[in-house]
Amino acid sequence: MPFQYRGDIAHADIAFDAWAPTLEELFKDAARATMQVMVENLPDLRPAQTLEVKLEQENDEMLLFDFLNELIFYKDARRLILLPTELSILPGDSGVTLRATLAGEEIDVTRHQMNTDVKAVTMLRYKVEKVPQGWRATVVLDV
Amino acid sequence: MNVPAALKRITDTIWELPVSYKEGMLVPARIIASEKLIKEMDAGVFEQVSNVATLPGIQRYAYCMPDGHWGYGFPIGGVAAMDPGSGVISPGGIGFDINCGMRLVLTNLTAEQVQPKLHQLVDRLFARIPTGVGCHGFVKLKQDDFRSVVQQGSQWCLKNGFATRDDLEMTEEGGCFPGADASHVSEKAVERGYNQLGTLGSGNHYCEIQVVQPQNIMDQELADAFGLTVVPNQVVIMFHCGSRGFGHQVATDYLKLFLSVMQRKYGIKIVDRELACAPFHSPEGQAYFSAMKCAVNMAFANRQVILHRVREVFSELFHASPDELGMRMVYDVAHNTAKLEKHRCNGSQKELLVHRKGSTRAFGPGLPGLPECYRNTGQPVIIGGSMETGSYLLAGMSTGADAWFTTAHGSGRTMSRHEAKKTFRGDKLQREMEQRGIYVRTDSFGGLAEEAGPAYKNIDEVVEATELAGLSKRVARLVPIGNIKG
Repeated sequence: MPFQYRGDIAHADIAFDAWAPTLEELFKDAARATMQVMVENLPDLRPAQTLEVKLEQENDEMLLFDFLNELIFYKDARRLILLPTELSILPGDSGVTLRATLAGEEIDVTRHQMNTDVKAVTMLRYKVEKVPQGWRATVVLDV
Repeated sequence: MNVPAALKRITDTIWELPVSYKEGMLVPARIIASEKLIKEMDAGVFEQVSNVATLPGIQRYAYCMPDGHWGYGFPIGGVAAMDPGSGVISPGGIGFDINCGMRLVLTNLTAEQVQPKLHQLVDRLFARIPTGVGCHGFVKLKQDDFRSVVQQGSQWCLKNGFATRDDLEMTEEGGCFPGADASHVSEKAVERGYNQLGTLGSGNHYCEIQVVQPQNIMDQELADAFGLTVVPNQVVIMFHCGSRGFGHQVATDYLKLFLSVMQRKYGIKIVDRELACAPFHSPEGQAYFSAMKCAVNMAFANRQVILHRVREVFSELFHASPDELGMRMVYDVAHNTAKLEKHRCNGSQKELLVHRKGSTRAFGPGLPGLPECYRNTGQPVIIGGSMETGSYLLAGMSTGADAWFTTAHGSGRTMSRHEAKKTFRGDKLQREMEQRGIYVRTDSFGGLAEEAGPAYKNIDEVVEATELAGLSKRVARLVPIGNIKG
């Protein structure tokens, strides 16, 4: 599992580390870590609906912040639990641009084992960094 | 034990980190706690409350209440008053769940009358009040109507048949922060929240049926004044929820905005990005203050329409009107806010911007802003404990002036959610609680496990510390018998 929850840097919130060989994989892992806080049986999620998203930011760190917040937004606005299926990050005019296809379905409490709501991504200990093996992120979610 | 060597004991319940503790501290940091609670505080409290003491414009002390624990930016339980002229406003001092708060409602029913219908009552509340991740509410609105809700708060509820005048009177600020302008709120925040009016949410949000047992009344006179002695073993309803996705989005939007302007435009350097802030009187600071008020009003309206539903359910099951069942509000208190209030500071009366994050305003007797009926008692303060252990009703004290008339908000976590989920099983906990006389309904056993009693501090010790520190006086302990949880 390319992410791990941590109990040592937050009590009321949920913290995780994610790591991956590429930045794109890191974003996908961080998305799974975030959504699994809300839905325990994430592998059972059906790709019934797809959405295209495009996000622009000045750097990779704020791009991941926006990307995770986008997933949290759809959970409230449209009751959708979504995960990225395809995802690319390319340098843009003034920073970085993410394009992703998100797939998933509406919350169905008869099939989804629901956990705890994620309210937001916090800036506490928040970090996205290049490491010798690839990329690493530390994220604390407000729940 | 995480207590720093520099921590000084001021009294038995007041502890202080001096300005020399950390570079950049402008005022000392004070923690309210008994000796036992201070020894159990997590390291994050000392780190974060001393970070708060570095914020521009902070007055006298940065505070943390006895239920304090590791938060983001401010610790949970954090309090800071800023000089509005020279100081900042920080979303990290308010939290993402803006105006998360507590409401306490009376009935004239006894536990003996409610027990035979308890399962039916809890089941029906669970069916009628949406709970859990991403839940949509029972009040269907267009986005423009939702903008009216966030500008008007409980007043919108009054106009639309969800409230009585007394309800508004018994809500902090009358259920509406004036100056809430929806033009300062993003489309995204509206889109995220307009479907959520009338939802509890999840995590530590709940609606609980409780009993006031005669042996748990600690101050008879105040208990009489707050309506807790109408019948012996009186049943009351307490619930806890906030501004839902709307408030979370407002906080996220402005956290990002403040990060982008704070240093570049205003030259403010901070020790933790979660303390992102802007001068209170800057365009960004004023826009956030107005957007935050919209989220405050959304939370007041949310609790108000939920109260309407609770009244409907009780009426249906007990075949009497809410009035006949004595379903009056004791009070509604806000946890996560910033407000302009007048306080005595350095010898004179000053207007200050008081940030409270996971802490409760606790006005003492005689303070302006309290309903007439509470002028002599002080403000009712509703403290939710863990779902297993019980809650408290307290009253604000006149000795609370130093801490800007503020007290604790709950019992405070001692165990991370991650650890609690590894330690407890939700389904087993639900069965054990039922054997102990507490019937719980939830959509999430994982979420239930995270809220297990041992994951929290001892509520009795927390409220005792607030009383010994002169912040809030114990009126009664409230024992749970039924609970719906997100």
